[in-house]
Amino acid sequence: MSVEAPNRALGNAGPTRPMESSATWPRADRVGLGLAWAAGMLLCVVAGAIVLYMLFRGLQYLSFELLVTRPEVANDQSRSGGFLDPIIGTLMLTVLGTIIAAPLGVAAAVWLSEYGRPSWLARLVESGIEVVAGTPSIVLAIFGLLIFSQPLFAFLSFTAEGNAVFGRSFLAAGAMISLIALPFVVGATREALNAIPSHVREASYALGKTKAATIRRVLLPAVRPGIGTGTALGMGRIAGDTAIPIALLGATLQLQAVDGPLGTLRGTGGTLTTYVYGNSPAGEGNAPEKAYAAAFVLLLVVVLLNFGVDLISRRRQVTSWTR
Amino acid sequence: MLGALACLVLLLIGTMVAMVLYTAWPSFRSNGLAWFGAGAPNQGQLDDIFNSPANPAAYQYELRAWPMIWGTLLTTAGAVAVALTISLLSAIFIVEFAPPRIKRVLEPVVRLLAAVPSVVYGLVGVLVLVPFVGNLLVSERRKAEVQYVVQLTGDSLLVAVLILTFMITPIMVAIMVDALRAVPRSWMEGSAALGVNRWRTIWKIGVRAARPAIVAGVVLATARAIGEAIMLAMVSGSWFAPNPLDGFTFLVEPTRPLAASIVFYLEGRTVPPLGQTLAAIAAVLLISSLFLSLAGWAAKQPLKRYGIV
Repeated sequence: MSVEAPNRALGNAGPTRPMESSATWPRADRVGLGLAWAAGMLLCVVAGAIVLYMLFRGLQYLSFELLVTRPEVANDQSRSGGFLDPIIGTLMLTVLGTIIAAPLGVAAAVWLSEYGRPSWLARLVESGIEVVAGTPSIVLAIFGLLIFSQPLFAFLSFTAEGNAVFGRSFLAAGAMISLIALPFVVGATREALNAIPSHVREASYALGKTKAATIRRVLLPAVRPGIGTGTALGMGRIAGDTAIPIALLGATLQLQAVDGPLGTLRGTGGTLTTYVYGNSPAGEGNAPEKAYAAAFVLLLVVVLLNFGVDLISRRRQVTSWTR
Repeated sequence: MLGALACLVLLLIGTMVAMVLYTAWPSFRSNGLAWFGAGAPNQGQLDDIFNSPANPAAYQYELRAWPMIWGTLLTTAGAVAVALTISLLSAIFIVEFAPPRIKRVLEPVVRLLAAVPSVVYGLVGVLVLVPFVGNLLVSERRKAEVQYVVQLTGDSLLVAVLILTFMITPIMVAIMVDALRAVPRSWMEGSAALGVNRWRTIWKIGVRAARPAIVAGVVLATARAIGEAIMLAMVSGSWFAPNPLDGFTFLVEPTRPLAASIVFYLEGRTVPPLGQTLAAIAAVLLISSLFLSLAGWAAKQPLKRYGIV
C-alpha cells in the first residue's frame, strides 16, 4: 500500500482539497462524480455550440450593407433591405428602459438597505420586487396594452379617430420594459450597499454629516460599480426581450414617427428581437438568412453587455475597505 | 420620499393584478370553472371569439383552456425535472470538483446561457432542432400512423422541453452554487475528518444543508418556465394536447402552452371579447407566477442567515 500524500490544502485559505484519488471510492460515488463532470461539460458544450453556430451563421450572412440599410416590405428577399431601423429601435428602447429603471432601482435599494422602516413595509416592497422579477414579460405586455390604452396615457402614443388610444409606442414599451431591468438594479445595488462595513457610515456621522449627506457623498459613490453591474445586466435583459416589443412597440419593420413633439418616441417601431421573430419561420417574413444575421448582432450586443459586467466587477475588487 | 418611491412597486403590482383580473372577468364569468376544463379544440374556439359579432350582447366567450394548460404543465414539468438534475450536478461540480481552469470557463458559461435572448434560443430551435426531429427522428411510418389526428412536423414537446431546460438551468445553478459555497466549512471538514470521501461529503452534508436553496431554485425556475412565451411560440407547434399513452409519439407531438397562445392572438386583441380572453390567459399566468415568486422569496429567507442572496 502506498503512503498517502501529505495534505497540502490544510492551513491554506481555500477550500479543503485532500489529495485523494477517486479510484478507491465505492462505485456509486464514482458514478456520481462522473455525472457531475458530465453535467458541467454538457453546459460548456451547449453554450459553445450555440455561440459557435451563431458565429458561423452570422459571419456567413451578415454584411455591412444589412447594418446600414432600412428594412422594406418585399416578397423578394434581395429587396427587403437590412435592419438599420431595428438596431436603432433596440438602442432607443434600451436607453429609455434604463433611464427609467436605474434611478428608481437605486432609490428603492437605498431605501431598503439604509432606511427600511417600518420593517413590514420593507419586507413587502422586497417581496414585491421579487414578484416583478418573476412576472412573465408576456403578462407585463398584456398589462401594458391595457393600461396605456386608457385615455389618461393618450400623450404616450397616437390617438386614432373616435378617440381610441393606440397604446403602442416607444414611450409605452420603454416604461413597461424598465420593469424587467428594475430587479437587477435593485439587487446589485443592495448587494453593494450591504458590502460596505458600518464603520464607514459611522465615520461619516462622526464628522457631522447627516444621513442624507452620507448616502449622497459616501455610499452612492462607493456603490457605483454595483449600480453599473446591475444596470448592464438589466440592459442585456431589455435588449433581449421579445414579448414586450411585439405587444407594445407594434413590431413594425420601420420606425414610424407620429406628428407632433417627440414624434419618434411616441411612434411605433421594431427591435432586433422582433425583427428576428418576424423573419423566423414562426413569423410573417420567413427569411432565415436575415434572422440569423440579426440574431448574431443581438447576441453580440448581449454578450458585450455581460462582458462589461465582468470588467466592472473585476475593478470593484480593487477598492476594498480597510479596517 | 425614498420610501414612497419604493412603494410605487407595490402600487404597480396592485394595479396590474386588479386591471388584468377586471378585464379578464367576462371570460371567466361566462365560462365558469369549465374555463379550465377540456372540450373543443382551442384554435376553433379562439377563432370563434375573434369572429364574434360586434354587438356586445352576442359576444362569444366559450373557451375550454385545458389543452393550453396541459401544454404549460408538460413543458414546465419536463424542463424543471431535467434542469434540476443537470443543475444540481453541475453546481456540485463547480463548487467541489472542477479544476480551477475549468471553473474559470464554467462560470461565464452559466452566465452566458442565462443571457442568451429567448428569441435566439427559439431561432436555433426552429431552424436546427425542429427539422432534425421532424426529418430524422420521426419516421414516415410514425407520421402516417397519426396523420388524421395530428401532423408530426418536428414542432414538438421534445424540442420545447429541451430548449426550455437550458434556459432555466442557469437560474438554478446560480442559486445552488451560492448556497453550496456558503455551507460552513467546519461541517464539511468534520465529515472529511471522519474519513468520508469528497463525493459523500458534499452529497450528504453540502446538498442537505443547501436544501432551501434547491427549493428556491426550483420555484423560481418554474416561474420562468411557465411564463416563457416567444421561444415556445416558435418551436412547440400548434394546438394539441399530447397524450402520454402514445409512447414515443407523445414526445414529438405538438403542443401550445398558455403564454405562447397569447403571442399568436396578440394582433386580434382589439376585438373586445378576444382581448378579454387574452387577459384571462394572462391572469392565470400572473396569479401562478405571483404565488411562485412569493414561495421562492419565502424559501430564500432561511438562506439569509448564512448571508446568501
